[in-house]
Amino acid sequence: MPSAVNINWYIALSSILFTIGVLGVLLRRNAIILFMSVELMLNSANLLFVAFARHLGQLDGQVLVFFVITVAAAEVAVGLALIVAIFRTKKSINIDEINLLKG
Amino acid sequence: MIHPIPFLLLAAVAVAAALGMLLSHNAVHSALYLVLNFITVAIFYLALNAPFIAMVQVTVYAGAIVVLFLFVIMLLGAERLRSPVDEVRGPERFHRYTAILLALVLVGVAAYLLFQGGVDMTGVDTTAGATLDASPQALGLALFQSYVFPFQVTGVLLLAAIAGVVIFGHTKKRGEDNA
Repeated sequence: MPSAVNINWYIALSSILFTIGVLGVLLRRNAIILFMSVELMLNSANLLFVAFARHLGQLDGQVLVFFVITVAAAEVAVGLALIVAIFRTKKSINIDEINLLKG
Repeated sequence: MIHPIPFLLLAAVAVAAALGMLLSHNAVHSALYLVLNFITVAIFYLALNAPFIAMVQVTVYAGAIVVLFLFVIMLLGAERLRSPVDEVRGPERFHRYTAILLALVLVGVAAYLLFQGGVDMTGVDTTAGATLDASPQALGLALFQSYVFPFQVTGVLLLAAIAGVVIFGHTKKRGEDNA
């Protein structure tokens, strides 16, 4: 076993987490779980940002994580409001049943 | 950096929590697995010399965002939809196999690139990261000196998000024009 963890370990972990997030988006039909999977993907990207900031000795990666977290928070707020609005008219959040632009 | 054994333990917890989120039948359990995953990632941030990001991760992600998820799940009573096993049925069944195949391709390509030698380390001073000043003060200076314009754009984005949520959440009163 190598004596120290380097950036490649973090790339491996991050791609595994990202793939699980992609699988969640592709496999699950519950819109809320879909949003959680998107959060997981954003989170794996954040992990890589911080790992590279540490690797290169620069602070910019950590600053970018702030912006990603802000965009994620805005996305979740709007997305969940959409889900609630759709649930009011369709009584369902199964994305296979949401196939009309008109409510 | 962090020793390999705690890294592998934490990575196992993170991956297990992510899989638990993906596979659990109850949406509330999914949200709680997501909290576990976020906290594990926060510990990685601490190990990567990013203490402030770790605290933001715990408060914003594991706190605010997951609370929002739980709130909506319980508001809609949607914690028990159909199980993931019979969610995809009939002619749509091949979607699942396609999805798993695509995910395997994704992880296979990443593994191939890593076993090719991974990131080129030549000319990179990997010891600089250990002494990097990542205090809230240093981060704030970077944010307000180099990233002022993105910061302002983020403010507009949040305003747009608030306006969008208010519009979506607005219910028309009975008898109001349905325009």
